[in-house]
Amino acid sequence: MKKFKIFFYILLSLSIFNTIKSAEQIDPIKVDWSFKGLLGKFDRASLQRGYQVYNEVCASCHSMQYLSYRNLGEPGGPEFSEEEVKAIAAGFEVTDGPDAQGEMFTRPGRPSDKFVSPYPNVNAAAAANGGAYPPDMSVLVKARKGGANYIYSVLVGYEDPPPGVILDEGVYYNKYMIGNKIKMPNNLSDGLVEYADGTEATVDQMAKDVTTFLSWAAEPELESRHKTGVKVILYLVLLSILVFLSMKRIWSRVNPEE
Amino acid sequence: MSEQEYVPKSKAGKWFNDRLPLLSLASHLTDYPTPKNLNYWWTFGGILTFCLLTQIITGIVLAMHYVAHADLAFASVEHIMRDVNYGWLIRYIHSNGASMFFLAVYIHIFRSLFYGSYKSPREIIWIIGLMIYLLMMAAAFMGYVLPWGQMSFWGATVITNLFSAIPLVGDSITTWLWGAYSVDNPTLTRFFSLHYLIPFLILGLVVLHIWALHVPGNNNPVGIDIKKPSKDTVPFHPYITIKDAFALLLFMIIFAGFVFFAPNVLGHSDNYIQANPMVTPAHIVPEWYLLPFYAILRSVPDKLGGVILMFGAIFILFVLPWLDTSKVRSAVFRPIYRQFFWILIVDVLVLGYVGAMPAEGIYLVLARVGTVYYFLHFIVILPVVGYLEKTEPVPLSISDPVLTGSADYSMAKKDNEKI
Repeated sequence: MKKFKIFFYILLSLSIFNTIKSAEQIDPIKVDWSFKGLLGKFDRASLQRGYQVYNEVCASCHSMQYLSYRNLGEPGGPEFSEEEVKAIAAGFEVTDGPDAQGEMFTRPGRPSDKFVSPYPNVNAAAAANGGAYPPDMSVLVKARKGGANYIYSVLVGYEDPPPGVILDEGVYYNKYMIGNKIKMPNNLSDGLVEYADGTEATVDQMAKDVTTFLSWAAEPELESRHKTGVKVILYLVLLSILVFLSMKRIWSRVNPEE
Repeated sequence: MSEQEYVPKSKAGKWFNDRLPLLSLASHLTDYPTPKNLNYWWTFGGILTFCLLTQIITGIVLAMHYVAHADLAFASVEHIMRDVNYGWLIRYIHSNGASMFFLAVYIHIFRSLFYGSYKSPREIIWIIGLMIYLLMMAAAFMGYVLPWGQMSFWGATVITNLFSAIPLVGDSITTWLWGAYSVDNPTLTRFFSLHYLIPFLILGLVVLHIWALHVPGNNNPVGIDIKKPSKDTVPFHPYITIKDAFALLLFMIIFAGFVFFAPNVLGHSDNYIQANPMVTPAHIVPEWYLLPFYAILRSVPDKLGGVILMFGAIFILFVLPWLDTSKVRSAVFRPIYRQFFWILIVDVLVLGYVGAMPAEGIYLVLARVGTVYYFLHFIVILPVVGYLEKTEPVPLSISDPVLTGSADYSMAKKDNEKI
């Protein structure tokens, strides 16, 4: 036991040292997301609003190449109705082909199509954005330390640079971004989008909604994962109890006193 | 293997068994006399078998959907996560399964260290076990490369570059390993091929590991030789099978906790960014189970020296049965060794911790102290303690826990008198 104590003191002192060292970096804002926790679920209305923000604001630069329009109507997601999904998909021009004559052609999107990307390739995207490639957002929440909290914090973390910090043309100051410099301008402003459900479109509201949407996009299986997980663990616990009782019974032949 | 002849009751069974004695083998496995005092640290052999089979089964399914190509691998993993029915479950079981496999194998190894299971007459079991562990590390490393994320790519770059430290032929070997002039598509395809091959090599070694175990039989917490079968033993089935099953279920609860509620907590977020040879991540770190070795590697300022020490840290374990001079197996009766055992655990955990930190300042100092101590433990402490330690009296049998001392341990007793 003594050894454990010593070990924990060592770990504790190391972790204290570590926090002092990284104090320059501000921790992301902690948001009480509905999808956190063992039984966490997405807020359906927030997902739908988040898609609207993505579509009207982010999608002009950021692709989401691993998602299909049909995903928007699937259980555990924004759950748009079948008609709504068809209408959303049909709003995009999809390049298809080659046809019988060997020509490529465009047609209205179908639910089975992948999200149409704003640029033909990464180089084109970087060239149009001052050399910085706007990352694909399909798994962005999983690809950043801090996850949803970090994405939300960056969206609301724009401020004027502190005195002494000089920024190049096309670079912005963000207190949560790693290195504090970001090439994405602050694209959110109050009332930027008009929510269909009448929710007031504050910057904070839009940042939360779009982050919720991106969290779902990164982990579309989250709700069924949580639901299945609870069932699996309950099953394992019950089975363990039964096996434990059987074990006691069997071993009582060897250790009658137990 | 088993001394007593097994004769099947049915005529057909006898006919078959005379030609292929599978029924005799099954009978040997169920009747196999096992020490009755095995504690829960002994359940990890069964747990590890479960881990291996889980990895093989989920891996076979993943390979049906995965595309081993530098341009398509990342997208095919997302295809598995999104479009394959329960693909997310299979992949998360496989990726977390690797971590659970290593968690179990470390407990298994340290159990062996505590109870002296590596000592005579079980040296071959121990050495086969280490070969399995080496293959596990190779399989895990190559598996981590397959999603072709940033950590996949840069981890592969760092590890394969280690071979370039070999004098004269190092660069040629590295190019040969890559199949190109950097980590690229040929590297990915060969890693995939080998990643699929290695588990079956491991499976073969597991059979040998168990075969070698069944010759002397299990060690036990008291660490004494026992008569088999006797009142000290129980048949493997049902006594050990039910206990292994119970422990396995508890293990599966923890496993399921990771898979369903924190599937990415053991991974690195950078691996969800597609591999980009033009962008190096701020910190390149391996998976947690390789961190102690990574710390040893980085603790040496010289590249070749670091590589030698890192591999030395594993290969020194192969001669462990001959470095440990104590005649008493179990640390239960070795008061001094027991202390050093716990210090070694702390040392390895500290090495693991600093392995995840940047190699600078206090972390580098800790890594160096930890590395020196690691080797000191095996090269100096173990042999010396074995000679000098005043061991406690060892019981004659498991059923008779009265501390009487034993003729088998006259050597240990003599040592006691010397001190």
